[in-house]
Amino acid sequence: MISFLLQRLGLALISLFGVMILVFAMVRLVPGDVVTNLIGLDTNITAERREELRRLFGLDLPIQTQFAKWFGGVLQADLGSSLRTERPVLTDLALRFPVTLQLTLFALVIAIIIAVPLGVAAANNRGKWIDTVASSFALLGIAAPSFWIAILCVLFFSLQLRWFPPSGYALFSEDPIGNLKSMFLPSLALGLSLAAATTRIVRSSLLEVLMLDYTRTARAKGLTERAVVYRHAFRNALIPVVTVIGLQIGNLLGGTVIIEQIFGLPGIGRFALEGINLRDYPVVQGAVLVVAAGFVLVNVLVDVLYALIDPRVRFA
Amino acid sequence: MIFFKQLLRSPSILIGGVLVLVMLLSALFAAQIAPFDPIAFNTEDRLQNPSWQHLFGTDIYGRDTFSRVLHGARQSLAVAFLSVSIALLVGGVAGSLAGFYRGWVDTIIMRFTDILLAFPAILLAIALLAFAGGGFWNLTLTIAVVYAAPFTRVARASVMRVREEVFVEASQALGNKSSLILLRHVLPNALSPLIIETSLRLAFAILSEASLSYLGLGPQPPAPSWGQMIADGRQLLETSPWISVGPGIAITITVLGFNLLGDGLRDTLDPRLRKA
Repeated sequence: MISFLLQRLGLALISLFGVMILVFAMVRLVPGDVVTNLIGLDTNITAERREELRRLFGLDLPIQTQFAKWFGGVLQADLGSSLRTERPVLTDLALRFPVTLQLTLFALVIAIIIAVPLGVAAANNRGKWIDTVASSFALLGIAAPSFWIAILCVLFFSLQLRWFPPSGYALFSEDPIGNLKSMFLPSLALGLSLAAATTRIVRSSLLEVLMLDYTRTARAKGLTERAVVYRHAFRNALIPVVTVIGLQIGNLLGGTVIIEQIFGLPGIGRFALEGINLRDYPVVQGAVLVVAAGFVLVNVLVDVLYALIDPRVRFA
Repeated sequence: MIFFKQLLRSPSILIGGVLVLVMLLSALFAAQIAPFDPIAFNTEDRLQNPSWQHLFGTDIYGRDTFSRVLHGARQSLAVAFLSVSIALLVGGVAGSLAGFYRGWVDTIIMRFTDILLAFPAILLAIALLAFAGGGFWNLTLTIAVVYAAPFTRVARASVMRVREEVFVEASQALGNKSSLILLRHVLPNALSPLIIETSLRLAFAILSEASLSYLGLGPQPPAPSWGQMIADGRQLLETSPWISVGPGIAITITVLGFNLLGDGLRDTLDPRLRKA
């Protein structure tokens, strides 16, 4: 188990190193210059001052030297400072990370709360009305873009019913109820598409397992339907479910960018978006690196979960 | 012919096909079907509610939302078809080479693919576009870059499977060149997963195009695009929700169509993958 874990972590680190090279090259090779962006249309700035700024930011160095400096910093948990605010990127990321984490986790929980009972009910009542409801929900939920679902949620829950604020954010430490209220709609909007994809896979995966011999054996020895479904079938149906949820986490993390934008949440996605618009290299690099690291880490966790659910994976 | 009959027997393919066809026709004949000009201002009819004249109401400049949704279909479908075709071509070639020749070619291509896939796709696309600037071709190429990686994976897996078949061995035994074996024997038999992936990716491409143009990275206004329209309506949600709701319905129908088509194709072309 330990060598299995180490091997997955090693592969993850290689991928992350690749991500670092890619982001670093991308923000520099594509046209548009941070110095021009910072000073805007101010024509009073002389060419010498421009060069001075470039030197100050270390942009005059050869690109491989710049990368080595950044990489060395990352290894010491130093992501550099924003070229605009001069605040350390890590400080800002630490402030914004909890928002994105909370959003993602809530969305995940909402998705599971909806998908597991709905998928199980659909599989147990194949062809009945509940199955039709579940399948329609799955098809529509996957097809509708999450930012549009977000807008429908705002339309219904905040503008019609006035239950939740349409946008804004409150710190949990200052206003716990306000925080939960401000996070509910974004999490719901983000969670519904994941719920749709998960419902579908819970249903089909459970249906497959319910047709197997050991399920028939469990029924034949007189176990209650509940025990058959939850104790015997469900665990074996979990592998594809975990795969799909793991794969969807990437979409979830990506989706947070737009959802944070719609609801005005100060998370990493919006931080990255602001950095991209201002061509603030250290901010973009730091934010993308953190999101990619989260994504890679989730994939490792998914692999570990496989091994926990299915002992055969460990020895494969 | 039998093959086509078999395809039409699947309800998913039938419904999905009809939905996609309807959207394609609206895109092609938008100029003929649309009751109003999608771009010209008409300030007397500002922010009207849905009516028989204006199915989805009008926007802040008095433009008919329904007409704009029809014209927006052009943009969305054109970006989706072009980007997925490019991704299919690039990913298909790279994946086939990796899966057929293995060795160092495989290692290099797959490492690169893994790196691309280690990125949340939308973030990669936003970053590329923010630096390169929005617009039709940049949008298309960006989505193509992001989607080339999954196509590479699918093509590689499929080619690797076919490569072990007896007829490939037979062709090798006859002394045929490896490039001929790949083109004549392996590729035609490895196509099904790629066809399925293409249909599902078209659905994703529509969603990505909408997300990116929602963020203002699509074509520049006044050309209508679904994502941009939803963003425009965001501020007027309280008084005129249809500006945002209308284009969302169009996106959902199109994506649903491609998804159903993909599911149906999977069931018909690859019975081994068929799920209960």
